[in-house]
Amino acid sequence: MKRKVILKYVVIAGALILIGQQTTLATPTAKMLAYTCAGCHGTNGASNGPAIPSLAGLSKPYLVESMESYKDGSRVSTIMDRIAKGYSKKEFELMGDFFAKQKVHKISKQKFNKASAKAGKKLHNKYCKKCHESGGTNPEDDAGQLLGNARLYLEYTFEDLTDKSRSMDKKMTKKMKKMLKKDPKASVKLIDYYSKGEK
Amino acid sequence: MSNNKHDRRNFLKIVGAGGIATTVALYTPFAIGGASKKVIIIGGGMGGATAAKYIKMMDSSVDVTLIETNRDYFTCFTSNEVLSGHRKMSQIKFGYAGLEKHGIKVVIDTVSAIDAKGKTVKTKTGKSFAYDRCVVSPGVDFKYDSVEGYNSEVAYSKIPHAWKAGPQTVMLRQQLVSMKDGGTVIIAPPVNPFRCPPGPYERASQIAYYLKKNKPKSKVLILDAKQRFSKFGLFTNGWKKHYGYGTENSIIEWVASDQGGLVERVDVKNMTLHGEFDKHKGDVINIIPAQTAGGIALATGLTDSSGWCPVQGNTFESTIHKNIHVIGDAAIASPMPKSGYAANSEAKVCAAAIVALLSGDKIPEPSYVNTCYSVIAPGDGVSVAMVYKYQNGKIVKVKGSGGLTPIEFNPKLREREVEYGYTWFNNITNDAFG
Ligand SMILES: Cc1cc2nc3c(=O)[nH]c(=O)nc-3n(C[C@H](O)[C@H](O)[C@H](O)COP(=O)(O)OP(=O)(O)OC[C@H]3O[C@@H](n4cnc5c(N)ncnc54)[C@H](O)[C@@H]3O)c2cc1C
Repeated sequence: MKRKVILKYVVIAGALILIGQQTTLATPTAKMLAYTCAGCHGTNGASNGPAIPSLAGLSKPYLVESMESYKDGSRVSTIMDRIAKGYSKKEFELMGDFFAKQKVHKISKQKFNKASAKAGKKLHNKYCKKCHESGGTNPEDDAGQLLGNARLYLEYTFEDLTDKSRSMDKKMTKKMKKMLKKDPKASVKLIDYYSKGEK
Repeated sequence: MSNNKHDRRNFLKIVGAGGIATTVALYTPFAIGGASKKVIIIGGGMGGATAAKYIKMMDSSVDVTLIETNRDYFTCFTSNEVLSGHRKMSQIKFGYAGLEKHGIKVVIDTVSAIDAKGKTVKTKTGKSFAYDRCVVSPGVDFKYDSVEGYNSEVAYSKIPHAWKAGPQTVMLRQQLVSMKDGGTVIIAPPVNPFRCPPGPYERASQIAYYLKKNKPKSKVLILDAKQRFSKFGLFTNGWKKHYGYGTENSIIEWVASDQGGLVERVDVKNMTLHGEFDKHKGDVINIIPAQTAGGIALATGLTDSSGWCPVQGNTFESTIHKNIHVIGDAAIASPMPKSGYAANSEAKVCAAAIVALLSGDKIPEPSYVNTCYSVIAPGDGVSVAMVYKYQNGKIVKVKGSGGLTPIEFNPKLREREVEYGYTWFNNITNDAFG
């Protein structure tokens, strides 16, 4: 009904593009999209935990890939699958632009075991560092934030990687297997190191 | 029909002014640099606090004043966990020092009148504030007459609604603690629409958990003014799992409106609720009355016949009074629910629009989200979520997005939802007050 009315005017005026702008959807700005995430992920994506990860300073390709895999259900989630289905790839890219520009946020004062964190640092340098530089806080490496991210999120991530509800690429699968064979408690040590939040 | 008219009006404006008008029509009419940018925000709850902070974040040159009655804000969300003893009042208490650090002027006072024509706000203590744009986020008020015999005095002395967190939350908790084992707690939820649709059922769950642990012979009786409720399947399944729902020994019993759930009258002295067929005596009674927009919205004539405030979905500007924006529970933002997350999201859309309007920029394309967590029992969290956009002059759900936690019980993921709910609480309160 409404469309018909509008079309009639369009024909009269011949201002097709103009009216089109008013009736079809424009894409919200990166800021507008990113602000809606803050309710759960913290202002400008800086989460204070304990369970929801930060988005601030995240690599854009990693964020886009994560959202795409939530959307198609290939990455396990509770709620992100339902949220991701509300956006287009272009919108994920805009969110990625916004969060990549924010400073990496590290949660201070999380619980960790000192000795275990020390061991975790060694493990990180041996098995993870190549792809997760600076303790996993370098957005250039197109991977998620590790150091200083929410502790429970880190625990969930290791749980998912171990029970295979979240997949890894070949290289990571191999390294993880090797690491866990040598040290079955490696995950906890890494989590302690990352929770400590300092290199 | 009114929409058609609206399109037509815009259209004629555009055509009438010719080519140059294409931009003018999409932008606000007064693109004046250095113009006055005074914003008054009424209500420092989830909506108002978020709006204040985000206006400042987007344009620090805007002069923002927040007027709020109370020095301390107690969040309604997670206040049900105060009832079960899982949280303390001090953990749901927030102040305004954080907002002041952002350069927002905070005035502790009550707005008694808004002069929409004169663009001024008056307070109880006799102060007066001029504005270019006013944001009204007063939350809800109660229609006490929805249950005969109920009133504000009763609510503060004997039968709390505890639907604004504060002294009534404390009273309800104390009543639960001093109740004898074998007692009956009655919750009487209202008709739609009301603040936090899953709230009464989360409350029933939290109280049931407390009773199961501490007073296992007691019961929660829900006398509902509705036939169904939010997250119905998830709650009733959860109650079966944790509280024996549907069996003779169930801790929770729910009575639908047409089964005698509708409460018509309260006999305060005898702690008895009267319905169409039956009367029910309670040891602790929690009446949640039907609701309207907060009093200042009603007094200003910002409400329509429904008792809520109609607004433009992309700016939250009132369709009744120009230059006044209404957000949060008081606004008609359906299909968005009356929730804290929705208030937070609406506040940002409104803030972005106000910043644009004050500078004569294009009104940004909105995007909105809602998420509500409920904890049915420890380790059993559920959620409802939705993404919204603005289309053809209306807020609409993005097709295919959102929905509920899956009904089948996945212990790993349900446990995570509890924790995500707690992180949500930390982050959203910091987003508004930090
Ligand atoms: C039990 C319960 C559980 C809930 N759980 C959740 C949940 O899990 N998730 C969720 O998203 N939402 C939840 N909510 C809903 C949430 O609390 C509200 O939707 C939210 O607070 C709405 O924000 P608001 O800004 O509209 O109102 P409010 O947060 O109520 O803020 C209104 C403020 O305005 C002030 N005010 C009013 N009038 C004046 C005046 N004239 N002058 C000055 N100040 C004034 C008031 O003092 C108040 O501080 C829950 C609600 C309840 C009751």
